[in-house]
Amino acid sequence: MAMRNIPALIYSLAIYGFIYLPVAVLVLFSFQESRVPIPPFNGPSLKWYAALMADTRVTDALLNSVIVAFASSAVSVVLGFLAAYALARHKVRFGGVLQALLTAPLTVSYLIIAMGLLITFNNLGIPKSLLTIGIGHVVINMPLCFAIIFSQMGAHQANMERAARDLGAAEWQVILMVSVPLLWPALFAAFFLSVTFSWDEFIIAFLVSRFDVTLPVEIWSMLRTGLNPKTNAVGSFVFLVSVVVVLAADLILFRKKKA
Amino acid sequence: MQRQLPRHANSRPARSRFGGDGLRAWGFLLPALCWTLAFFVLPLAIMAVYSLWQRVGYKVVTDISVQNYTAFFEKSFLYESLINSLEVTVMVTLISILLAYPLAYILAEKVPPRWQRIALILAILPFWTSYVVRSYSWILVLSEGGILSNFLLDIGLTSEPVSFANSRGATVIGFVHFFVMLLTLTIFANLVQLPKNYRRAAADLGAGPIRTFIHIILPLTLPGIMVGAFLTFVLCIGDYITPAILGGKRELLLPQTIMLQIERRSDFPTASALAMILMAVVSVVYAACARWLKLDRM
Repeated sequence: MAMRNIPALIYSLAIYGFIYLPVAVLVLFSFQESRVPIPPFNGPSLKWYAALMADTRVTDALLNSVIVAFASSAVSVVLGFLAAYALARHKVRFGGVLQALLTAPLTVSYLIIAMGLLITFNNLGIPKSLLTIGIGHVVINMPLCFAIIFSQMGAHQANMERAARDLGAAEWQVILMVSVPLLWPALFAAFFLSVTFSWDEFIIAFLVSRFDVTLPVEIWSMLRTGLNPKTNAVGSFVFLVSVVVVLAADLILFRKKKA
Repeated sequence: MQRQLPRHANSRPARSRFGGDGLRAWGFLLPALCWTLAFFVLPLAIMAVYSLWQRVGYKVVTDISVQNYTAFFEKSFLYESLINSLEVTVMVTLISILLAYPLAYILAEKVPPRWQRIALILAILPFWTSYVVRSYSWILVLSEGGILSNFLLDIGLTSEPVSFANSRGATVIGFVHFFVMLLTLTIFANLVQLPKNYRRAAADLGAGPIRTFIHIILPLTLPGIMVGAFLTFVLCIGDYITPAILGGKRELLLPQTIMLQIERRSDFPTASALAMILMAVVSVVYAACARWLKLDRM
């Protein structure tokens, strides 16, 4: 059954065109031969990608981004999971208030979080580094992990946890051998979302970093030189990485759901 | 999106066993709680205090006053940046809803189920491009000599290269590009949950497609619209990158004004006061939308 409705088809194509236009232009002109990424296109050439790989500032920033993304996401998932476990499985006084407090950072602009951290780190004399960027990324990602994992903690898992306890499992055994395996899709989704958010985050990384910067901050400083096919190349590369990660995650999660 | 899941009120069977064991639960909660208190609540509190201090010369004077807030209304460039931000944000939210709803509807209703996944993934794939890069890509399209200018020259609509970049319009386009994807997602998620029977029932009772849409479909998808619209509003009004790259220098939005205080002037008291005002605006919008935004109903 194909799409029969012609206006619907045209409308969809127009919106998809709008969504993909800048991406297509970005990728196309990353293969530009000349120094300006505007028409006419005179490639294809890979020289801007070669220039990218030879630029240690870019490769360093790339490595920093990967480190910060994985470390901050791991911390976010662990803290988010433990908090979700406590609030979903135990009767805690003021549970509602705590839940609201833990998810509150989701409603505050990254800019404000970034500024608050900057002032706090300045006052406490904590030097700006990859560590401070990571701390900031946990602040924005932990509420997300908590919310995702909390929403997936259903009754049937609780029953299995209780069964494990009745059979003599200690609390850490219940968590590691029952809860975590049962919740693995949620944990994975939370981790993966955190990685992509951290990978892409600019304003916190910009304000609380100094010498070691992440990729978005490095791209931002590249933008100051104006239009440049090298910026297209780094942008296309980032896009490619994200697409691969998203599709891989989708595949893994989708298979898991079927099983 | 997970409406079918059991609510947590029903899922606390461990309570009886752990009735007297609140301590252990607090142990699990403590790391997350401490992190939130130290790196979220404390910074906000420090900012709130800073907003009552003043910067005189190059020093911060710790006399409590509301001077920074009164200055906000007296200095037109501060006040106007909020107005600019509100205008842009409302425009972006409305345009994004109007563009996203038909697409979500087509995806949910007209596209065969086995193509839905692909179509949806395609619709949100550019969502995952770095957002610094996304704004830059629009410069490539909108700048003088860029794709759009070139296209208009080719079809003879203009005889000179034109630039659409560095304007409020460019900022709005950059934002709408992002939020159309977001809203398509939230509205689609809402639409596919509607039972097909409602439509049939309306048809049986004599309603045409338009009446069915206005009286049945639209009200039932309001939660999806509102969740998306609220996210759009919050993310849009607090974003610095898009206006900084696409907006030009003629007018500033509130986040740009805040960054100007931090970067150029190191005026943290004024920046803090502006941040508090931004938070207040978001809180008002949140309060207005709150009944559609319950966490466990998403």
